[in-house]
Amino acid sequence: MDQAENIIEVRNLKIDFHTYAGEVKAIRDVSFDLRKGETLAIVGESGSGKSVTTRSLMGLLAPNAEIKGGSIMFHGEDIIKKSEKDMQHIRGKDIAMIFQDPMTSLDPTMRIGMQIAEPLMKHKGLKKKEAIAQALEMLKLVGITDPEGRINDYPYQFSGGMRQRIVIAIALVCYPEVLIADEPTTALDVTIQAQILDLMKDLQNRINTSIIFITHDLGVVAGMADRVAVMYAGKIVEYGTVDEIFFNPQHPYTWGLLNSMPTLDTASGSLSAIPGTPPDLLDPPVGDAFAARSDYAMKIDTEQEPPFFKVSDTHYAATWLLHPDAPKVTPPAEIVRRQKKFAAMQKPASPVKPAAAKE
Amino acid sequence: MRKYLLKRIFYLILTLFIVATATFFLMKLMPGTPLQNEAKLTPSEKAAILAQYGLDKPVWMQYFIYIGGIFKGSLGLSFQFSDQAVSYLIGSRMGPSMQLGGQAMVIGVVFGIILGAVGAIRKDTWADRIATIISILGIAVPSFVLAILLQFYLGLKTGWFPVAGWQGFLYTILPTLALAASPLAETARFIRTDMVDVLSSDYIELARAKGLSKFGIVYHHALRNSLIPMVTLIGPLAAALMTGSMVVENIFSVPGIGEQFVKSILVNDYPTIMGVTIFYSALLCVLLLLTDIIYGIIDPRIRLSGNGD
Repeated sequence: MDQAENIIEVRNLKIDFHTYAGEVKAIRDVSFDLRKGETLAIVGESGSGKSVTTRSLMGLLAPNAEIKGGSIMFHGEDIIKKSEKDMQHIRGKDIAMIFQDPMTSLDPTMRIGMQIAEPLMKHKGLKKKEAIAQALEMLKLVGITDPEGRINDYPYQFSGGMRQRIVIAIALVCYPEVLIADEPTTALDVTIQAQILDLMKDLQNRINTSIIFITHDLGVVAGMADRVAVMYAGKIVEYGTVDEIFFNPQHPYTWGLLNSMPTLDTASGSLSAIPGTPPDLLDPPVGDAFAARSDYAMKIDTEQEPPFFKVSDTHYAATWLLHPDAPKVTPPAEIVRRQKKFAAMQKPASPVKPAAAKE
Repeated sequence: MRKYLLKRIFYLILTLFIVATATFFLMKLMPGTPLQNEAKLTPSEKAAILAQYGLDKPVWMQYFIYIGGIFKGSLGLSFQFSDQAVSYLIGSRMGPSMQLGGQAMVIGVVFGIILGAVGAIRKDTWADRIATIISILGIAVPSFVLAILLQFYLGLKTGWFPVAGWQGFLYTILPTLALAASPLAETARFIRTDMVDVLSSDYIELARAKGLSKFGIVYHHALRNSLIPMVTLIGPLAAALMTGSMVVENIFSVPGIGEQFVKSILVNDYPTIMGVTIFYSALLCVLLLLTDIIYGIIDPRIRLSGNGD
């Protein structure tokens, strides 16, 4: 399944959180690859483990988290085995991160120029003057008007959208190979969202960085991602190219997610929510964790965990529905409509995904 | 800024005026007279002495005479020290007090910050617990108890430091320690709470994501943000040092203002009581004003303005 070079390979990652109530199995055997220059979206509802997964790439897990197994290979080395000191040389230089809330993620008492310059001084050994000069370039790049006049301003003097641009400038100032964006537009209003997403795409092309984009907003995914991994209850349940996930989804959870998303040509007038709540990961259910909420659950779903079934070279889903012996089921009407569209799109399937996959 | 300052200075003078008035009348309510051997004096001698110092006039008149004197720049003459000017008395005794206060403040704040920061960074470890115990003790043990313990163990028993007196730097160490305990404890507690908050904030997470070292994060991001609220402590700390100095200076026989103040109260030396009170209040008011100005400098979100509040 490899065409492009993998930058990060996560294999069988397991992470527990020690809490007063017991061990929360937050990440239960997650594997995925991140390829050079691509945008991988990780989608899932709150608590599905998407943020924890990416924090482990940065070595920024909470103190009560423990990695129980697996590996995260980056440049042929396992990040999990690295010391805090080694991780400090990777963070901000090779792997950078953008956070959710730009209103609180900048130091309120430091001039923004200095905040952007900091990683340069740390990782490139630049003097303050040179670093500030490069920070100025970065401010121009992220589209701050009058960068010379504003480089010495403090965060409180900027709006939310502008602050997120500054956070992006901080993340990209060392030209990292991997950028982790943890719901970078959730806290912004819709018009600003679009601007920030455009900016990220533009910068990605310029400095050829790979992006892991965490979100629960499928609408954002459609315009942003090359590939999508759907997470549920600490596991990846389905992954594929953005077209495959949007137009040929296989896992009932993905169906549910897409079904609850409004589109211009949604057939019926109403949206359907996924019933129930995610399982308690203190004591994860046996079998398919989504079975309890699924209309399509079979007996085996509560007994045995489904392996990944291959849908195409790039598309895998962990649901027993794909087993050859499984009964044929009809997905929800909206999904059928999407799958018809997908069939029409599938002329000669090109290995490289066409970029214009607008939903 | 200028308008703001003028406004504040006006309020400062108003405050001092109120303090002076209140103190004057409270002082007059104290039992006793400034006369030393009252029993031995004949009524005519007594009347003559009282008249000499203007104490025969009605209290309200004495008040206006005193306030009038202040506006002419005079704090009056001390009763107990053969008519020395009070301003001279304060001036000559300011040195030891300022030195003690300064040393105690520096030691208290510096070690308090270190203690608090260590507690916050190493939260819930033995280091944190020790830091917490030290700061609880510092707040709970009154300075006179600590002063006497220091005198006994570090002065009398080991003989490392002189027990009392004022003849050089070595003599300042014990009183400084006794005086520093309370600011140290207050600072440590304050900084710990504050820094625990700051360390869990998003911008610290971002600083970690930048790859900064633990020390770099604390030094460049956490400390400054924790220190900002700390500035509000300067006022209370200064007040604590002033009251502390009255006790500590007496115990260690330091010839400072605090010691002088207590003595003057005991012998009803009215002009000295008034002078020292006004001096202390003025000092505190100026420190509070400085606090607000410093706050505006280190926290860019606060800009002082003359309009509104």
